[in-house]
Amino acid sequence: MSSERRKERIDRCIKAVTDDIFCVCSLREIAYLVVPRMLPIVGVLLLAFFVPPYWKKVLVITFMMTMMALSWDFMTSCGLISLGQALFFAMGGYSAGSLNHYLGLPFYLSIPLGTLMGATISTLLIFPALRLRGIYFSMVTLIIPLMLLRVVEVTKIMGGTEGLTALAPLPPIAYTLAISMAAMWLTFFGLRRFINSDYGLIFMALKDNDRAVEAAGLNIVWFKVQAVFIGSGICAFCGAFMTHYYMSVGMSAFALDLSLFPIASSVVGGMGTIAGPLLGSLLLGPLSEALRSFGTFRIVIYAALLAGFTTALPEGIFHYLARKYHQIERWVEVPSGVSED
Amino acid sequence: MAYLKIDNLRKNFGGVVAVDDVSFTVEKGTLVGIIGPNGSGKTTTVNLLTGFLKPSSGSIFFDGKEITGMKASHITNLGVGRTFQMVKPFYRLPAFRNLVVPLFSPRVKKMGGHYGEKDSVALDILEDIGFERDSAVPFKVASILPHGYLKRLEMGRVIALQSELIVFDELYSGLTLAEVASLSPMIEKLVDEGKTIIMVEHRLKELFKIANKVIVLDQGKKIAEGEPKNIMKDPEVKKAYLGVELKQ
Repeated sequence: MSSERRKERIDRCIKAVTDDIFCVCSLREIAYLVVPRMLPIVGVLLLAFFVPPYWKKVLVITFMMTMMALSWDFMTSCGLISLGQALFFAMGGYSAGSLNHYLGLPFYLSIPLGTLMGATISTLLIFPALRLRGIYFSMVTLIIPLMLLRVVEVTKIMGGTEGLTALAPLPPIAYTLAISMAAMWLTFFGLRRFINSDYGLIFMALKDNDRAVEAAGLNIVWFKVQAVFIGSGICAFCGAFMTHYYMSVGMSAFALDLSLFPIASSVVGGMGTIAGPLLGSLLLGPLSEALRSFGTFRIVIYAALLAGFTTALPEGIFHYLARKYHQIERWVEVPSGVSED
Repeated sequence: MAYLKIDNLRKNFGGVVAVDDVSFTVEKGTLVGIIGPNGSGKTTTVNLLTGFLKPSSGSIFFDGKEITGMKASHITNLGVGRTFQMVKPFYRLPAFRNLVVPLFSPRVKKMGGHYGEKDSVALDILEDIGFERDSAVPFKVASILPHGYLKRLEMGRVIALQSELIVFDELYSGLTLAEVASLSPMIEKLVDEGKTIIMVEHRLKELFKIANKVIVLDQGKKIAEGEPKNIMKDPEVKKAYLGVELKQ
């Protein structure tokens, strides 16, 4: 009788039964748990200190893009697959821009107020689509920013094609970098904590089965509104922040790139994990900047990379690394004809 | 007035009439079965009753209050709980966390009765419906649980909601005889606690053992209503199930 080999995966024995309690008995086990969590935090911090000034600017943009990716992943985890993060970004950007331009508010007021305003407007705009599911919801989110873009162009509101310029600048780069990094980690840990809380379960449940959530006596539209508000609020902050960073806001805030980058980084990093998109966009952000010297050819390299990732590693980097880290893999002989279970 | 009163309920999808002028009443504390061949409008009736579909015409009264056309979540909060024929667990969540979601509903907040952390309340409910607390089963992700457990999880949801009127939509379908035998006492226990139960069922033998009254639907119409031991003698029912009228 011939035999074949299959890969056996065994969890490393460190976790206790529940997800909340860890039995940590030795320094080695503490290190096992802490190191992978500290690595990105320390790595990003060191990077921020030691890169040349030009790359510091790139890092600020990367952090903001990371937040957009986190927001996309959060909304996707709630079953709201958005193709229009640019809408939320633009609403935040234009809100902060006009607060500064027309009312003369300083940036430390216009950014938080712009975030709230942007999130509110975005939620109101998306609200009619919340009864839709899946691809229908996605299509509406894709269309609204493209529509508003033309509205701004034709009616010349908010500065029209020129946009609002000469807005208040942010403080020197060191502070800007610190603020953006803090905002990113706050979003990251905040979302993770929220999703794993009891209340966050309802949002996870929305994706799995919104009819069952309804049968549980919960108003699904209200929970979707909350999810969109949180998701769009994060993007609106990015928009408001970037508006003051560039000291202008214009039609480019509606750019399709802003909707696609979060999706690309989530696909590369691993969807539905919150940590995956973080990893993905921290890789893709600087990468797309580094490829800038290739001119338009960088699109080809970028696209090839994406295609490569989606075919070779569809689960994403984070899932792959987590699996390698948490499980022992070995090849075992199994007699042929015997099924795995 | 009857506990649940359905008057001339009608639902059409375009030209297809799925439920045609159905009226019946359910008394408090009884177990009523709804049977009928495939496509007779049983599940549509359940969906209309629980708010998952809006009726084209007709009215539904529950506990003296009109609930016609209300939102599903609203009806649930009034005390009408349902299970789904196609199980709808939250696949990514562990079994016990599936029951944490209904614990957030306004009804549970209003009713109280559950004490302690939501997780342990959920584990208590699961224990009652056959998920051994000391085993690993309640902690397993719902996507890897066998079908029988998923059906029980559906039941767990209405128990968590403390629903007064419970609608089981083909609870027994796809279950083995042993699994049915273990579920039936749980349903009888619910009746003993004073709950009112409507069971949509294809497993007639098991249903007739516990039902007080049976309603037969065929092609959207109610064709018979009566005690389980007599209902199958009705010529209309025989015709609906077997296609031809049998000679005695």
